[in-house]
Amino acid sequence: MMRFCVLQNSRGLHSQLKDSVPVAGLCPQGAYGMQDSLRSGFTSVKNELLPSHPLELSEKNFQLNQDKMNYSTLRNIQGLHAPLKLQMEYRAARQIQRLPFLPSSNLALDTLRGSDESIGFEDILSDPAQSEVMGEPHMMVEYKLGLL
Amino acid sequence: LTSRKHKPLLIKMATVAVSRPPLGGFSFDNCKRNAILQGEANKVGFNLPAARKTGTTICGVVFKDGVVLGADTRATEGMIVADKNCSKIHYISPNIYCCGAGTAADTEMTTQIISSNLELHALSTGRLPRVATANRMLKQMLFRYQGYIGAALVLGGVDCNGPHLYSIYPHGSTDKLPYVTMGSGSLAAMAVFEDRYKPNMEEGEAKQLVHDAIAAGIFNDLGSGSNIDLCVITKGSVDYIRPHDEANKKGVRTGDYKYRRGTTTVLTKAVNPLDLELVEESIQTMDTS
Repeated sequence: MMRFCVLQNSRGLHSQLKDSVPVAGLCPQGAYGMQDSLRSGFTSVKNELLPSHPLELSEKNFQLNQDKMNYSTLRNIQGLHAPLKLQMEYRAARQIQRLPFLPSSNLALDTLRGSDESIGFEDILSDPAQSEVMGEPHMMVEYKLGLL
Repeated sequence: LTSRKHKPLLIKMATVAVSRPPLGGFSFDNCKRNAILQGEANKVGFNLPAARKTGTTICGVVFKDGVVLGADTRATEGMIVADKNCSKIHYISPNIYCCGAGTAADTEMTTQIISSNLELHALSTGRLPRVATANRMLKQMLFRYQGYIGAALVLGGVDCNGPHLYSIYPHGSTDKLPYVTMGSGSLAAMAVFEDRYKPNMEEGEAKQLVHDAIAAGIFNDLGSGSNIDLCVITKGSVDYIRPHDEANKKGVRTGDYKYRRGTTTVLTKAVNPLDLELVEESIQTMDTS
């Protein structure tokens, strides 16, 4: 059992889909808070509870699960200190970020994870550095600072 | 005080907006919409456009000094031939090539991604990449996507351990065999292999065998057609023969709709020159920077 584990999301399937807990009809997915009937159809509890694609959940947590598996193997082979040190470095590198609404290069994080030497779909499709929409700067900074 | 009253709704909308960090990779936003559109289209009886498949015959065989890969060149889109001469043998590394069957875009992108990763890996290790490395990278990626990436591949190459041939299925299983076939024409090609394969063949024999196997697929399967491409990989050299044989050549037109001058006799001829005067001439340079 890993005590020092990475972010445990133990809230279950329902809230793994969205970061907040949605209630049908109260928090519609469309822009401006209105139900976007053209794109997502009519509201239904089933629609909001189930993932829209079988891969959606597995892809969302893929990196997390890989890391968990690797750390637990490492712990079994080399002892507790090995994953502990690695995770300390990982957490330190993860804190080097720009302001929340700007894309960060995550250079140190990539080097630690080894993803600077590989290309995957996350580098080609929907590159966050090239997204057409940006979060509202004031809102996002206030959320990060806990003022919201 | 009034600002406090309005804050809760704002907070709810804002938290939904700010709490999702931007991630790269596949986005499943449109899946629900697509499912609804598919349902609506089916009600009316209309078919949404199908993805372009390669509906193929691909095969490979290990011979004495290396590997011979073969493929046909037809890409289909439902019942229509989308590309009469597409290239199905993809480059992975100087000593490794991969034939792809299934959805054309999937095979193309998957082989390109693995090719890039293998190149980075080779730069990092400083050695010529091994076929087993490419195989493992491909199977791990395909398994991750649980068969939704429709790429059935025949991977072959020569590395420091000799010639190797793998077949990789869309769900991520692989087989290491001396001769493999994939695609809709795989049964026709496999019949030829099962009849005439011998271990340690010569290069000419192996090329003839692969040629006949692909021809069997082309003539007996609707999803395969046009030409036969071969790729012979030996230690230190690659011979990419495209096309090796044009099995289905398009016919030459025997007649011509153009009439010669004088077919109709000319009775009279009158020429009126138009008087045009040059009013203004301006030159606009193109911005080619």
